[in-house]
Amino acid sequence: MSESKSKGLNRQQMADRVAREFQDGWIVNLGVGIPTMCSNTDIGDRDITYHSENGVIGYGPVAPAGQEDLNLVNAGGQNVTLNPGAAMVHHADSFGVIRGGHIDATVMGAYQVSMTGDFANWKLKGQKGGGIGGAMDLAACAKRVFIILEHVTRDGSPRLVEACDLPVTARGVVTLVMTNYGLFEPTGTGFRLREIAPGLTVEEIRAVTGGTLTVADGLRQIPTA
Amino acid sequence: MGQKSKLVGSFREAVADIPDGSTIAFGGFAMPGTPFNLIKALWEQGAKRLTLVANTTGGAQQPRMPDIGMLVENGQVAKVICAFTAATRPTDVLPFTKYYESGEVDAELVPQGTLAERLRSAGAGIPAFYTPTAVGTELAAGRETRLIDGREYLLEYALKLDYAFIRARTSDTLGNLRFHRSQRNFNPVMATAARCTIAEIDEPVLPAGSIDPDDVHTPGIYVHRLVQVPPEPEGIWPTRRQEKRR
Repeated sequence: MSESKSKGLNRQQMADRVAREFQDGWIVNLGVGIPTMCSNTDIGDRDITYHSENGVIGYGPVAPAGQEDLNLVNAGGQNVTLNPGAAMVHHADSFGVIRGGHIDATVMGAYQVSMTGDFANWKLKGQKGGGIGGAMDLAACAKRVFIILEHVTRDGSPRLVEACDLPVTARGVVTLVMTNYGLFEPTGTGFRLREIAPGLTVEEIRAVTGGTLTVADGLRQIPTA
Repeated sequence: MGQKSKLVGSFREAVADIPDGSTIAFGGFAMPGTPFNLIKALWEQGAKRLTLVANTTGGAQQPRMPDIGMLVENGQVAKVICAFTAATRPTDVLPFTKYYESGEVDAELVPQGTLAERLRSAGAGIPAFYTPTAVGTELAAGRETRLIDGREYLLEYALKLDYAFIRARTSDTLGNLRFHRSQRNFNPVMATAARCTIAEIDEPVLPAGSIDPDDVHTPGIYVHRLVQVPPEPEGIWPTRRQEKRR
């Protein structure tokens, strides 16, 4: 996933834009990879509680070098810090938080998202086994499922597709899709472009997006400051 | 109440009687709470045809830490039950993978929350439960589901263990445990699901009753053997994560 070859937003910019969707008081679960970068984003005085599947409720940014607690990690195994008021639970209770419907939004990476809100992120084509982790529990039970992924594969094929041809993680659950090209919502018949990344055109995006691409009125450009 | 110390003198002694064919769970999520020293002792002990339960089969990091992959390479493993049988980065190849692909080792891939709840259920006397997780995926194909209040749920069975290997920061001689930060993860539920739980302890084991009852995370009734982790290099401790660039 080299950034030099990809157009539009970089990884932190994608995470920053998704983090700005979080509303005051939300409990948010961040998955491995780009999603964990959301906890580095400054979103002002909005009070967000970050939950990690390994039982950490209320973590903050990655710990500065030399100040890590080696017994405290996020979903990606990074040593993070705790915000005041944090709490620890065991794994069964942590997934009770998830299945019990207490997570307002989960952010995950994926290989593909479909126009009907299915997504695939645990198994590649021809692979035996895979890596599910907490993705299926989160996908089935969080109030909102946000996906961050590169808009196209290395060979230029769309990742926003009419139907996933990889094994799905859950069906009909995705409400927001962030790519390096823009911010999208699955519509059932395609994707709605809500905001566009600098340097991209709607036609460029339409050519590499499955289904019918519709465009929000007064399409805004994503600020990258 | 029994006041007999559960402290065992060495990791070797703690795992000496584990027979071939046992089902053994390893706690831990990434480094925290992983019983590296007990896993290494099991590797030295050599029990075979094991069924191993853990979040992952091990990492791709260097230097290697004791993990399922190491036991697989040592010809000790028949089957694993894990939430990951592949690395989270598709480009990382795990030692486990080639044995799985060649069919030498079997695997059951289980969503992480389902794995935790199957263990919790085993320890709590619940034989099976319904969960919304994995409905509509290939994991649910051909399996029993049920509509409850208009939503489809998948039937999952409790997962009983012969042994649980866990790690905690603090213990008294009775095995009342306290975990530090995210060290807790699967460890408490694995302890309840096992016939015999063996815990490796970071800090010097305290006299019986030293931990306030209100502060015990895992009661000593679930813990059968304790081993003190010695300082490095004899003991194995979590290390800083090696950041790998894609």
